[in-house]
Amino acid sequence: MRRILILAWAEVLHVVRDRVTLAQVLLIPLVQLLVLANAATFAIRDTPTYVVDLDRSPISRSLIARFAESGHFRIVGHSSSLALAERSLLEGRVTMVLSIPARFERTLVRESAADVQLVMNAEKGTAAGIVQSYAGRILAAYADELGRTLQPSPRTLAPVGEEAPPQRGAPRIEVRPRSWFNPTLDYKHYMVPGILVVLVTIIGTLMTAQNIAREKELGTLEQLNVTPITRGQFIAGKLLPFWGLAMLELALGLAVAKLAFGIPMRGSLVLLFAVAAVYLVAALGLGLWISTVVETQQQAMLVSLFVLILYLLMSGLYTPVDSMPRWVQWLAEANPVKHFVQVARAILVKGAGPLEVARPVGALVLFAVGILTLALRQYRKTSV
Amino acid sequence: MQALRGLLRKEWYHVLRDRRTLAVVLLMPVLQVVLFGFAIRTDVKDVRLALVVPRPDVATRELAARFEATDLFRVVRVLPNTAPLQPLFARGTIQQAVVFDADFGERMARGLPARIQLITDAAEPNTGTAMQAYASALVQEYEREQRARAGAVRILPQTRMRFNPTRESSNLFVPGLMAFVLTILASLMTAISLSREKEMGTMEVLLVSPLRPLDIIAGKVAPYLVLGFASVVLVLVEARLVFRVPLRGSPTLLLAEGVLYILASLALGILIAARTSSQRVAMTAAIAGTMLPNVMLSGFIFPIESMPVPLRVISHVVPARWFVEVARGIMLKGVGLEVLWQETAALAAITLVLLAASVRSFHIRLE
Repeated sequence: MRRILILAWAEVLHVVRDRVTLAQVLLIPLVQLLVLANAATFAIRDTPTYVVDLDRSPISRSLIARFAESGHFRIVGHSSSLALAERSLLEGRVTMVLSIPARFERTLVRESAADVQLVMNAEKGTAAGIVQSYAGRILAAYADELGRTLQPSPRTLAPVGEEAPPQRGAPRIEVRPRSWFNPTLDYKHYMVPGILVVLVTIIGTLMTAQNIAREKELGTLEQLNVTPITRGQFIAGKLLPFWGLAMLELALGLAVAKLAFGIPMRGSLVLLFAVAAVYLVAALGLGLWISTVVETQQQAMLVSLFVLILYLLMSGLYTPVDSMPRWVQWLAEANPVKHFVQVARAILVKGAGPLEVARPVGALVLFAVGILTLALRQYRKTSV
Repeated sequence: MQALRGLLRKEWYHVLRDRRTLAVVLLMPVLQVVLFGFAIRTDVKDVRLALVVPRPDVATRELAARFEATDLFRVVRVLPNTAPLQPLFARGTIQQAVVFDADFGERMARGLPARIQLITDAAEPNTGTAMQAYASALVQEYEREQRARAGAVRILPQTRMRFNPTRESSNLFVPGLMAFVLTILASLMTAISLSREKEMGTMEVLLVSPLRPLDIIAGKVAPYLVLGFASVVLVLVEARLVFRVPLRGSPTLLLAEGVLYILASLALGILIAARTSSQRVAMTAAIAGTMLPNVMLSGFIFPIESMPVPLRVISHVVPARWFVEVARGIMLKGVGLEVLWQETAALAAITLVLLAASVRSFHIRLE
């Protein structure tokens, strides 16, 4: 036990003395947290829209006004030329073209049904679907409103000055959306817990892998190897300081998240830290394993970088795991980052308790045990 | 000239001799594009849906059938009331619930506004918004049909999805992915290769040679430019064959822009190596200086127009941002320089500035 503590203390001194590394450890995650939390959003603000009005009737004009007032669309161009609209679409200045055909009003009055055309830049497919539904909602609401003025049924004719009662006989469905767990649809509430995971992962894996590879490169590992320290003691001594550092970083990150972004903390923080403690063993074990298979710092960095990119991009941090194809979802089961991201979000945002997160935590424990065993078996005290 | 040719040959040998690194350099982008091309998507498909039907009747059955008919939704539970929803949501068994009012069918039949509650797990707001929009579009469509049957007034949207009619995620992400994998490769490899010479002391040998700094940089960059070009071609072929991403514009233009972009990344790598003292610092700087902006500020995953103003301003100096726009423009929209000249000019300007800065900060003397 004393040996472990001595080795750990040496490591702490190393970290504290190395200013560049310390700055990297503390600053990069902080920058990530501040920048990423703001950058990572798919929020659809007012969609830039081009309007081609070939009808120029009161009804078409008031339809356009509905779009402008809805808050979902911003009319940036208006003409009667489809070619100009096409040009803006190609240049990327507008995302949607709303074109109202000639004789729109007449058709609507006579046949009580008329077409409008929506041309959408569908490069961002999901976003295009959302914009389409916004447009659909505006059209439906306006049609319903027109229905009351165009075909008033005698029984429900409203007295002057009062709003017309719902038109009988015209089916209408009111959809009332409810967003659970994040009613304001704040993206930061969702991203910040995930980014916290990245912080501790980078420290855990990258620093551990690099640290041991450096001792290898400098030859100081051999000095350690000739001491009576056992493999288990060596690994414990190496992991302990980084484990502590990462836990500290998590606490710091949570404080920043609370103060700067006001993210909710609905679940138990004790539970979060307990899971983090397990997760860190997995992340550190991964770094340790990488360091046993490489010879130089450069290789250690390249391998950990590759593994980390793989883990991060497939963790559901940036894009939802649910959208991934089945076989990728299966692969993601072996990704500790994915599980911890899921747990962190569940605890902080949804207020999940131990029962709800039992499955991902089980997966984390499995991974931690597996990778540590692997690293322990790979690590040799003798040099070849 | 003679000296430069010698250096070029030496660098080329370096690259060719290290088979393992060569394989990594050529295969890593290809592998990453396959993996991430499949993994990074924002499609909303197979939404796990619960229907809450207090009183089943014709209208609720018809609408429920709509939800089951599309591959957007998968009805996993049909419940009589809302009580079990909370635990189902918390465990993630369902992502969305459609709650019919008890008198839904009756009000539909009598021509009164009928109500539906659409509860969505919005912990993930991106998917949450999409799920909500898709579900409500489905209800809208049903409503329009009912109105048509009753002869009520309706406006029918004829929607055309341009550039990506199937709204396939890989069409959006694969062109961006190219920028991502290429920078990591180009910046990281040059930064490492240069700082290794520094660390091992062989840089001194180069510095006392009659080579000018510009020559040294040219010699260092040339092999990676060739490799980078090769991986652009490989990745493009892959995008076409594996993901069937269309290439509607000119391939020549795309390749030329690709070379411009690789040059910018290489220049960034040199700059990092010139400014740092050790491999370790160089690598960390390369990762922080390329990876983070590349994922976050290039518009590759997260749309730039959704970002707050300061970040949008910063994104203008991220070369990847311009290349992502150019690549999407050429591949998906089929436009040429007449539309993309601004982006190209910006990319060229950044490349020039980076090259000039890297040549300037490359000192011929040792401290």
